[in-house]
Amino acid sequence: MSVFVNSDTRLLVQGITGKEGQFHTRQCVSYGTHVVAGVTPGKGGSDMDGIPVFNGVRDAVNQTRANCSMIFVPPPFAADAIMESIDAGIELIIAITEGIPVLDMMKVKQMINGSGSRLIGPNCPGIITPGQAKIGIMPAQIHKPGGPIGVVSRSGTLTYEVVFQLTGQGIGQTTCIGIGGDPINGTNFIDCLEAFENDPETKGIVMVGEIGGNAEEDAAEFIKTNLTKPVIGFIAGITAPPGRRMGHAGAIISGSSGTATAKIEALKNAGVHVCENLGYIGEMCAEIFPT
Amino acid sequence: MKIHEFQAKQLFRKYQVPTPSGGLALDSEKAKQIASEIGHFPVVVKAQIHAGGRGKGGGVQLAHSLDEVSQHAEAIIGMNLVTHQTGPEGKVVKQVLVEEGVNIDKELYLSLIPDRETACILVIASEAGGMDIEEVAETSPEKIIKVHINPLSGIQPFHCRKVSFGLNLPTPINKEFTQMLTRLYQLFIETDCSLVEINPLVITKENKVLALDAKMDFDDNALFRHKDLLEFRDLEEEDPLDVEASKFNLNYINLDGTVGNMVNGAGLAMAVMDTIKLAGAEPANFLDVGGGATAEMVENGFKIILSDDKVKAILINIFGGILRCDVLAKGVVEAARNTEINVPLVVRMEGTNVKEGRRILADSGLDLFTANDMKSAGEIVAKIVAS
Repeated sequence: MSVFVNSDTRLLVQGITGKEGQFHTRQCVSYGTHVVAGVTPGKGGSDMDGIPVFNGVRDAVNQTRANCSMIFVPPPFAADAIMESIDAGIELIIAITEGIPVLDMMKVKQMINGSGSRLIGPNCPGIITPGQAKIGIMPAQIHKPGGPIGVVSRSGTLTYEVVFQLTGQGIGQTTCIGIGGDPINGTNFIDCLEAFENDPETKGIVMVGEIGGNAEEDAAEFIKTNLTKPVIGFIAGITAPPGRRMGHAGAIISGSSGTATAKIEALKNAGVHVCENLGYIGEMCAEIFPT
Repeated sequence: MKIHEFQAKQLFRKYQVPTPSGGLALDSEKAKQIASEIGHFPVVVKAQIHAGGRGKGGGVQLAHSLDEVSQHAEAIIGMNLVTHQTGPEGKVVKQVLVEEGVNIDKELYLSLIPDRETACILVIASEAGGMDIEEVAETSPEKIIKVHINPLSGIQPFHCRKVSFGLNLPTPINKEFTQMLTRLYQLFIETDCSLVEINPLVITKENKVLALDAKMDFDDNALFRHKDLLEFRDLEEEDPLDVEASKFNLNYINLDGTVGNMVNGAGLAMAVMDTIKLAGAEPANFLDVGGGATAEMVENGFKIILSDDKVKAILINIFGGILRCDVLAKGVVEAARNTEINVPLVVRMEGTNVKEGRRILADSGLDLFTANDMKSAGEIVAKIVAS
């Protein structure tokens, strides 16, 4: 068992012929992910390492039965690429692209609400079910297949650090999900926590958050009433200066809830084991999670 | 990207959002000239800096004659204005906005922001205008009106009615208010704002709606499609080291501590700052060289960190995923040599080919400490700056 992706996932890569797209597609293929199609408008009919390239997502889906897309399209065109995947009925869309304008993402988010698609990201490392499928840019070798821990995080390299420490303690992962660092994203903490709760193979969860927004507070509320599995939480940004990147009017909505301290407090109140110093998260997992 | 009040008002006028008439002055002569063109008193002389709270800091003055205009302009231009948003060091005022005074009947608050929770544009309004809105939110939240606008539908008249009735505006003003809010929304969307704030928005005794103040902030990610807005950027309002870092495409924020640090990835960079603090030292900066850091980025990072005099030691923490540690180690060694690094350097790297990477560092002959994990990295660097 796993969450969202497994060995049956049929992947399509939007932006497959670009430098990043090519490089990471090859990494995914060599990990064993089934990459069935690529999309680059204007390059339809060609191929990348034998993977057929199409002009549009719908064509690709019709001919290859792709059910998941990974997006490497540059920021000015990325929202369009996500919308094209929603329009084509792709079940799972993973947007790696960093730097998509907020207004573009708002439209994407409104379009995805009520559609059958799930979006992970943008501005994320992707998702990996170790031993089955890697869809993203994470270094594969730090992961350990077979579970029993699910990892969900807003940050890329921070997730690698956590996974590295887990593996170092001999603890494997069911699925690791990077939900992305943008203010507006698709899948949130709650979606992932719920999926991990329902996955019989996942026995515990590591949740990695950071300053800004209310996602961690909302997750804490959810954990309090819906989760039976142990959760270890880490929040980055205790030392982050206030006011940077946060507009005056933005502060009125987030109030004190955007700070690391408030998030840690909320998680603790929900019964989450909060790790204060990232250097110790592996040891803490070994101590708390059932073996 | 933040801009000045006078620049925001230029954009307001372009979108026919009413503002008082006036102009920008770099000296008292020009200020007097603008005041005579306005032709009636009082006029207002307003310091132009990016921070809010200018009035309380003495940066906004009312003048009843040309002599007073001249006096105020001379006092404000060149002054070091300290407000709750500038920090204790304050900001030097280079220019003032000279505007006609208006007969205020009612002061309101109005702002538009993207709401991350609902993916809507959120209009926030309040009858308690002219006050610190955060204070209003805390003491009397019932005075705050929030209206969500779905970006796919765009603003509709009913959205505007919700706001204007919520503000208890007199009926004759509703039409004008609706027009104003609709245009403001268009401005917000068409320039990719992350904030438009008018505090106060006033209703004059002549029943006109007027934006007395204007604050705008733009989504940096969308600036690629607004090249015309870039001329509004005022580099002197930004931290010089932040500006330098942005030239190298580095994500840098200068802080008060003594431990310079360089990390790949924003989340991990914050976690490293926290680790430094928990080990008993203070971070001198936030520096994210990007998830896929290259040797060149590392060298640029060194340059930025070393130009900060407060730095007593540097901690590098790189999680080599796609980028191999041996490649990175070579980059660090080369960058350290090229930049003639003069403070102790602690390096923690992890990931692919880490053993080879550590060997390269050890053999480099540089004065550096290698840490095996994050906690020891923090402890080593804290010990160095404490000694």
